[in-house]
Amino acid sequence: MTTMNMIEAINSGLDNMMARDDDVVIMGEDVGYFGGVFRATAGLQEKHGKTRCFDTPISECGIIGVAVGMAAYGMRPVPEIQFADYIYPGLDQLVSEAARLRYRSAAEFTSAITVRSPFGGGIFGGQTHSQSPESMFTHVCGLKTVIPSTPYDAKGLLISAIEDNDPVMFFEPKRIYNGPFTGYYDKPVEPWSKFESSEVPEDYYKIPIGKANIVREGEAVTVLAYGTMVHVANAVVEEHGVDAEVIDLRTLVPLDIETIEASVKKTGRCLIIHEATRTSGFGAELSALVQERCFYHLEAPIERVTGFDTPYPHSLEWAYFPGPVRIGEALEKIVGELTS
Amino acid sequence: MADDNSKTNLPPLSLHVPEPKYRPGDTVDYSDVDIPSAGDQPRPDVSSDPAIMREMVYDMVRVLDEDYKAVGPWDPKLSDDTLLKMLKTMAQVRAFDDRLHRMQRQGKTSFYMKSTGEEATSVAAAMALHSDDMCFPSYRQQGILFVRGYPMVDMINQIFSNREDKLKGRQLPIMYCSRRLGFFSISGNLATQYPQAVGWAMASAAKGDTRIAATWCGEGSTAEGDFHSAMTFATVYNAPIIMNVVNNQWAISSFSGFAGGERTTFAARAAGYGIAGLRVDGNDPLAVYAATQWAAERARTNNGPTLIEHFTYRAEAHSTSDDPSAYRSAQEREEWPLGDPITRLKRHLIHRGVWSKEQHEALDKDCIEAVKVATKEAEKNGILGHGLHQPFETMFQDVFEEMPWHLKEQSEQANKEREIKWPDAEASR
Repeated sequence: MTTMNMIEAINSGLDNMMARDDDVVIMGEDVGYFGGVFRATAGLQEKHGKTRCFDTPISECGIIGVAVGMAAYGMRPVPEIQFADYIYPGLDQLVSEAARLRYRSAAEFTSAITVRSPFGGGIFGGQTHSQSPESMFTHVCGLKTVIPSTPYDAKGLLISAIEDNDPVMFFEPKRIYNGPFTGYYDKPVEPWSKFESSEVPEDYYKIPIGKANIVREGEAVTVLAYGTMVHVANAVVEEHGVDAEVIDLRTLVPLDIETIEASVKKTGRCLIIHEATRTSGFGAELSALVQERCFYHLEAPIERVTGFDTPYPHSLEWAYFPGPVRIGEALEKIVGELTS
Repeated sequence: MADDNSKTNLPPLSLHVPEPKYRPGDTVDYSDVDIPSAGDQPRPDVSSDPAIMREMVYDMVRVLDEDYKAVGPWDPKLSDDTLLKMLKTMAQVRAFDDRLHRMQRQGKTSFYMKSTGEEATSVAAAMALHSDDMCFPSYRQQGILFVRGYPMVDMINQIFSNREDKLKGRQLPIMYCSRRLGFFSISGNLATQYPQAVGWAMASAAKGDTRIAATWCGEGSTAEGDFHSAMTFATVYNAPIIMNVVNNQWAISSFSGFAGGERTTFAARAAGYGIAGLRVDGNDPLAVYAATQWAAERARTNNGPTLIEHFTYRAEAHSTSDDPSAYRSAQEREEWPLGDPITRLKRHLIHRGVWSKEQHEALDKDCIEAVKVATKEAEKNGILGHGLHQPFETMFQDVFEEMPWHLKEQSEQANKEREIKWPDAEASR
């Protein structure tokens, strides 16, 4: 075991897979010699060679399209899109090509690519370095969407994603690259080294795609979250002293519906949290599923806490962010129904 | 600031919206189309720096002259057997297109696309490649499959979306796929195959393989971002790839001017990227073969990518859903200055003394008969819209390698609906 922050854990996952499988190649803007703007690929070119980890032109369409072609050859490309906000020029290659290649070719060709991309706000990145576009990809049949919340999970899930024979969108919550964020933006950041989940094996291990993680057991309400919001949810739950069950979804597609269903049937209440904008966000899907499957167990309306339906503002970032106040009010409201 | 106080005297700006020269009913006169003489074009070494061959992107590689003789440095000097195979394959493609087009009209499938007049751009090109080079075609390169020996009956099964359709009825007719024959799954989205082909070529190079990639798109889809991303990646990584632009003058109803054809050639796109570019008489099968052979050798010897513009004409409609008489002059086809690729090769072979008019008539009959036989066989496996050819589970398979819970639930729902919607089919199952 070594103490790693999330970037180091991701780097270790990539390094492990490159060493195990010659077909794993990394490509993206600034990922080669420099090692990536967030340092996720630091040292990999030097260690594994220029044809295994290389810089690309600034063309997300080209990066994804080339990765699809490399996968058709038989490789396992792991393209990096520098910020999730930049992914849109590559959308056609993801939606119409990578996601549907297995289907349209009756499995003669597949697209075993893992698209890594930092996402989410809370870093004063403004509207083009803060977005959470995950629900766009969950809407596309044929794509898997994975979002880790700790260094340990990030490495284990990334290795599973790379070994997966389907295209995987791997969104990395960049706000928590260096340490978990509780939503209290005015408090100093604590590094990952203070937390158990920064204990990461240097060797290969996997965390299965499609399995959620119950990070806090409880009876009063089920809280569904992923990425940065898992830590914010935990902090708010502790602050309010609510006996909540906090579930880190880890994977949005395929979703671990069994864990969600069992928890909501137990607690009778469900609070859904994400940083992404509200309308047609993944919370809408979660809310519908919980309603369809747990309606007769629900004791209160399902609550959603999300970002607002605006572009991510720069100066008003903390007014936008679904932090402790917004979550706290929703939590009080949903557990308040207990006594009413 | 460069404000001009007299600007009120300037004429107003005007927006140029391209307009083709000829519309329905117009008399067509192609005398202004610059067609260089066959044999006049230099053939640079395959390792040439693109900078010294820039003139070629405005020229046109031509081998067959007015007397149907093969002339000049680009003559690939093919054997009679090879040329006869080329001719027979193109004739077979044309007969196939004619019959399958008619079958769509008879209601046996939803859609068809002919390649009439453009057969050389896929048949001759595929013949100049190794059989294991990887092709990333667009939707009008059925000729590649004929060259590589894909059975016609399998093509027709796909067109009919019947129970023997290898793509399980999932794809629009003619969107073939054959991994075995190095024929990538055709997408309906345009030019997406371009960066994919470059990626495949990059992988082949990274692995120290000897296989190269070839891709095709129309002149219209060179306007897509994918085309330009592919060109950038191809030049950056010196990818072993041939990028074909089939300039058949028309993108459905939009003439090539809407892709920039009024200003320059499509081969000229290569110059801006520092890629070798060739502009070829696309109705001259020998020129297409020679250009492809040149580009293939260039790619295979680590000399990098080539962009080839095939100057040709879409003799028929874009697809069965299109009626070109609504937007272009019918005379265009008749007056096309580069003639027809099959006729030209036929006359060349007659000129060589290895073919005759009578033999060609017999060939056409044989081709028609062969399609008929294949069609009858395929029809036994069903036609579109008559019967449920695939088990409903197949609709949910291959979305992912393993079916997740939500698709299992939906699959069960589809099968339940089947019992209600098609009770008779259920009984006869």
